[in-house]
Amino acid sequence: MANTNDTMTVKVWRGDKNGGAYQQFVVPRQDNQTVLDVVSWIQQNQDPNLSYRFACRVGMCGSCAMMVNGTPRWTCRTHVNKVLDANTLVVAPLRNLPPIKDLVADMDPFFDKWIDAGGHHDPSASRYDAMPQIAPDDAQRAVANESIECINCAVCYAACDTVAHNENYLGPAALQRAWTLYNDEKVNDTDAVLAAVSGKGGCHNCHSQGSCSLYCPNELNPMRAIAGLKAATIKHQLKRGR
Amino acid sequence: MNIRLYMAQRLSAIIMIPLVFGHLGVMIYAIQGGLSAGEILSRTQGSVFWFMFYGLFVIAVSVHGAIGLRTIMSELLRWNDIALDAIMWGFGLLSIFMGARAVSAVTWL
Ligand code: SF4
Ligand code: SF4
Ligand code: FES
Repeated sequence: MANTNDTMTVKVWRGDKNGGAYQQFVVPRQDNQTVLDVVSWIQQNQDPNLSYRFACRVGMCGSCAMMVNGTPRWTCRTHVNKVLDANTLVVAPLRNLPPIKDLVADMDPFFDKWIDAGGHHDPSASRYDAMPQIAPDDAQRAVANESIECINCAVCYAACDTVAHNENYLGPAALQRAWTLYNDEKVNDTDAVLAAVSGKGGCHNCHSQGSCSLYCPNELNPMRAIAGLKAATIKHQLKRGR
Repeated sequence: MNIRLYMAQRLSAIIMIPLVFGHLGVMIYAIQGGLSAGEILSRTQGSVFWFMFYGLFVIAVSVHGAIGLRTIMSELLRWNDIALDAIMWGFGLLSIFMGARAVSAVTWL
């Protein structure tokens, strides 16, 4: 789409955990321009005090996610052309996380839940044991592989209404990671993974509406992973016979 | 919602599926055939089958509804666990009581 306006209106959320408001900027339009470019332009040319987060600028690191016109997005890979609405961009920190300052959201709850859902490596062998041989076309490995491209951007976490309404809910990314570990032959105690996702904030709270899968910038499918966890936990529970 | 509540929720749903269709069928049959209240009661009273059918239905509905209500209250009003368990048990037992009265009224002699 050719750019017909020279400038656009950009409303940027300014504030901290105590509250804030939108501040309006006028930013030059360019044909190829990402939302992160716009935020950087404001910080470099209008207000050096604007806080935001990014690192790789190529969709690898997962640090640049923000709400853009109400939708969670990786801003470094989001073209302004695609999301501009009435020549306006509204940029805010990620939903469902406490804001630290301006566009920087506190990721602690997201990563704490990642650990709570069993998201750490518990090896089944030591360095002195032989490496397990896992065929690339192994069916279980294929399931584990489906989710390994997660970049921890928390876009899915911001998109999830269950996270918004239930502070205990572990959220799509952490649960998807648990599903990957459950299917990884190199993980020692898969029962522990199932136990970690079966509690009060566990996978059974998911309403399967699929906002996570819709908005994940890497086109992963946390909803399907969570469905896998639900089935696995039930099978496990029935096997234990109580 | 934890795994036990989730399983009770799904199990009660599975039980309800055939019962809902059976109930719809019974209603259509009774209306189409133009059965009077007396004729219906003469078929249901003393029937072990209808007692079991609607008795099971009442239990499944009560379990399913109570857990569903607990989830709604949790997500909508963010009640604490004690309040959530109280409304779940209160609503569930009340439904069973009211349902049991209705079932016994139509199936007992
Ligand atoms: S499918 Fe589940 S995890 Fe994904 S957004 Fe919906 S409730 Fe959240
Ligand atoms: S699942 Fe997708 S949206 Fe969620 S953190 Fe991983 S990459 Fe981001
Ligand atoms: S800056 Fe690394 S993903 Fe956007």
